[in-house]
Amino acid sequence: MGAKNGEYEHDYSTMAKNEHKVRLLGAWASPFVYRVGLALKLKGIEYEYMEEDLKNKSPLLLESNPIHKKVPVLIHGNNPVSEWVVILEYIEETWPENHLMPQDPYDRATTRFWSKFIDDKFIPTLGMVLKTQGEEQEKAMKEAEEALKTLKRGGLKGKFFGGEAISIVDISASCLSIWFEVLGEAIGTKFIDSEKFPLISSWIEEFTSIDLVKESFPPRDKLRAYHKSLL
Amino acid sequence: MGGEVILLDVWSSPFGVRVRIALAEKGVKYEYREEVLDNKSELLLKSNPVHKKIPVLIHGDKCVSESLIIVQYVDEVWKNSPLLPEDPYERAVARFWADFVDKKVYESATRIWTRKGDAPAEAAKDFIESLKILESSLGDKSFFGGEKLGFVDVALVPFVDWFHAYEVHGGFSVAAECPKIDAWAKRCKEKESVSMASQDPEKILMVVERLKKKFGYV
Repeated sequence: MGAKNGEYEHDYSTMAKNEHKVRLLGAWASPFVYRVGLALKLKGIEYEYMEEDLKNKSPLLLESNPIHKKVPVLIHGNNPVSEWVVILEYIEETWPENHLMPQDPYDRATTRFWSKFIDDKFIPTLGMVLKTQGEEQEKAMKEAEEALKTLKRGGLKGKFFGGEAISIVDISASCLSIWFEVLGEAIGTKFIDSEKFPLISSWIEEFTSIDLVKESFPPRDKLRAYHKSLL
Repeated sequence: MGGEVILLDVWSSPFGVRVRIALAEKGVKYEYREEVLDNKSELLLKSNPVHKKIPVLIHGDKCVSESLIIVQYVDEVWKNSPLLPEDPYERAVARFWADFVDKKVYESATRIWTRKGDAPAEAAKDFIESLKILESSLGDKSFFGGEKLGFVDVALVPFVDWFHAYEVHGGFSVAAECPKIDAWAKRCKEKESVSMASQDPEKILMVVERLKKKFGYV
């Protein structure tokens, strides 16, 4: 598509191909990108994954997410969607099979609440532990522990946060699995001690026993090396 | 439908105002209860045990917290005058911009009056830039929701009453820097749901001054 002699030329063949095409712009280590990829896989949606070099962002990324210039970005046809939770709700509404959110408005509000809680409490901790040392790092870890207590008290409804099946809350909580484990290994501690947090630990076991969940994880050694390089 | 509606809130909270506007748009009758944050009620502590913050919407025996989550709940329970559009992509766009209001507009605005040294000027720049980005998203529409108030309008408009406080601390004028936002704000205020929930900007400025002293931002 482009302008020629002041008139727009439409590349109809590309547009037709793009109409239903799903693309995910991502970065291999990102827990946010993982969440979107997992949702697409759980719904059986075919998509093209495009790895971004965050130090050298592609024109497609800059054009599709000009405001934040971040991944993940889902491009459906010619429509870009950014911000992981906005993308997840878009996926849920566009492809309603294999529900990731309950139907009842109050249950939906609760789902959104716990997804947000996990994002607000644990993602910054990952960042803080990577960026700080000594007292500040310990403080971040203590805050994560407190948040885990709250999460286990309020969020776990059964086998999964979503009850008997995975919901957006489980997808949000995926950051508690490999990312926290590998980070813990890198600094020589165990964030989610199975004695201290038996319920969360068994959730992690249940969650990571699912093939689709495991398949999409970043390679453990690569992630460990990456975390170590940031410390 | 579903029982009594109670809103736990604080008069000056822009997050509470979001909920008040949403409820008014839907014509929902509710009981407003003013909380004193230094002395939170048993009901608040019970209905939002995780964050202990307002606003909290209590609908029958259900408690909902987080302003934009409450607004979506209200939109889904009371289906008249929808705040979110029907089309999934348009809904995603609306959710994106509401999230932008929280992440960029509110975040930079708060830095204008809570920081010292060079930080307020930097924050003012970020704030104006975020409003300009919203201006280009608004385009020629009357509201972010098109011809009527939508999710993004409800998310943003409560902060209009705080513009005066930001302007005083940041040394700028929203009307001068972002005339389209200024015009949009005036159109919003013509709506009863918005005008009924509006606060006196001078009173908000006094709240800001009091909070600055209380938390040592002076």
